[in-house]
Amino acid sequence: MEVLMAILIGGLYAGGLYMMLRRSMVKMLIGLLILSSAANLLIFVINGLERGRPPIIDEHAMALSGQYADPLPQALILTAIVISFGVQAFAIILIKKVYQKTGTDDLDQLRSTDTF
Amino acid sequence: MNFSENHNLIIVLPLLVPMLTGIICLLFWWRQKFQKGIHLVGGVLTLIASLILFYNVWENGMIVSTIGSWPVPFGIVYAADLLSATLVLLTGIVGFCVGIYALVDIDNERKKFGFFILYHFLIFGVNGAFLTGDIFNLYVWFEVMLISSFVLLALGSEKAQLEGAIKYVTINLVSSVLFLTAVGMLYGMAGSLNMADLALIVPLLEHQGLVTLIGILFIISFGIKAALFPLFFWLPASYHTPPSSVSAIFAGLLTKVGVYALLRTFSMIFIFDQDYTHEILIVLAGATMLAGIMGAFTQPDLRRLFAFLVVSHIGYLVMGIGLMTSLALTGAFFYLIHDILIKTNMFMLSGMVRRMGGSNLMSQVGGLYKARPYFALLFGVIILSLAGIPPLSGFWGKLILIKAALDEGAFGIAAVALITGFLTLYVVMKVWIDLFWKSQPVDELFKAPDEYTLLPMASKMALVTPVIILTLLSLGIGFGAEHVLALSERIASQIIDPMYYIEHVNGLSK
Repeated sequence: MEVLMAILIGGLYAGGLYMMLRRSMVKMLIGLLILSSAANLLIFVINGLERGRPPIIDEHAMALSGQYADPLPQALILTAIVISFGVQAFAIILIKKVYQKTGTDDLDQLRSTDTF
Repeated sequence: MNFSENHNLIIVLPLLVPMLTGIICLLFWWRQKFQKGIHLVGGVLTLIASLILFYNVWENGMIVSTIGSWPVPFGIVYAADLLSATLVLLTGIVGFCVGIYALVDIDNERKKFGFFILYHFLIFGVNGAFLTGDIFNLYVWFEVMLISSFVLLALGSEKAQLEGAIKYVTINLVSSVLFLTAVGMLYGMAGSLNMADLALIVPLLEHQGLVTLIGILFIISFGIKAALFPLFFWLPASYHTPPSSVSAIFAGLLTKVGVYALLRTFSMIFIFDQDYTHEILIVLAGATMLAGIMGAFTQPDLRRLFAFLVVSHIGYLVMGIGLMTSLALTGAFFYLIHDILIKTNMFMLSGMVRRMGGSNLMSQVGGLYKARPYFALLFGVIILSLAGIPPLSGFWGKLILIKAALDEGAFGIAAVALITGFLTLYVVMKVWIDLFWKSQPVDELFKAPDEYTLLPMASKMALVTPVIILTLLSLGIGFGAEHVLALSERIASQIIDPMYYIEHVNGLSK
């Protein structure tokens, strides 16, 4: 399962980067969405996938023993998802604004701040 | 050691004050006058909070606070060693000064759409990034800072601003994703997120090659934020588009947060493959210095030129991290203190030039010396401090850094640092002559009006006072170099021995 997930995550990173390198702003944004999903998935599987083993310490034990589902990565991605949600919402509005102001979706046209 | 409740509050204050200021400003969304007052009071209180923190850290050593009283490696910890406290203090000073300047510099339209709120959330994020001792929490603070900066950059929706914002937002989001990836992989290997804990675990890991790889991911991610050599193009494309006060606070603080993160991780966690990682940092530092200064040669726009100077001088700081000797770090911290003040000041000046000359394009402005000799003097002092003319503040940091490089036998980077210093002098003199000595290039009839003269006295004072405060501080650093050197040496002695930080953070759990 982990191997499959690794392949999937690698594919998502590659796809996200490819989309980001496109000239269209919307495709760039989609690339960004894919990229952050890939990062979230990476954190999700980073300590291996476990089913049905909650991280609850036995009554007589002092610490967790054996394999268990690590709760921390889940807390991390929850935070990361919320952050990326907010940032992406902003990015979508920004792109809409840019399109309204410049009338183009082509990143190559947005050169006025780089040239003189 | 004394970790009383009292101490906990001290470290949280520089975070609480800007956050509450932002929230209270938000409650008064429709009342401009109130917002302005709260903004000013908030700026003063943030400065006071950071002064209290700095004083306590200076007197009593490092302050550590566990949030929610979770024992150390498990919960989020906030830790202020002297480096963090100094940076928080500088943030307080710069935030206060730019806060006054912004009262006049920012137009009403932007104020109405929440400039003050975002401004304080930006300071909140910057302070958080400096104080946290948890690497995932650092990511969260970066995002707090970034999202405020995104909106500040785009606020006003001018065409150039939006174009700059697209580049800034995209590249910074890529950097965040890389940071998140690196943090995830680091957690997967080490099983901890606490930086002090990581510093103990990482050297014991089996796959040191993989650790170095993660280190490189961190270099790329923080390098984008700090505007290191191949990754800096977003900075000159965006920093000249928003109003001057926004550029000033960005130039003073945001890239330095990247440098700080680089410094923290590469002085504590990734220190066991220095031949590789720190060599890369030195090469990048040299390339950043040269690329930045050469970019500045041909810029016709004053603020774009300054943006390239921001890039160039990041190189000096990273050079100190790359050398990683006690002396080099002393130099880097000296330079950091100087650089935050001077870069903020330069962008505030560019706003004044625009008001006086009617434009930031140097081909449009000239002859300001005749009209405003004192302003010419002020401008001259600041840019000479930047170039590092001996008694002024930029000189000492460069001197120490170059000496450290020579001591280490790193002649290449020493030469690059010297050349960059000379080229900086050339660039800033060219700017000064262009703005002040060259005769007014535009016909008197078509000349943009001198907005500055038309301003009421109180507005003039609000523009000039922060510039003068920061200039006096820069002069103080130059002439009182002894004291700043003592501070830098103490910071360097804490950083060069990571056990200081680790023991203090872990001492809490015992």
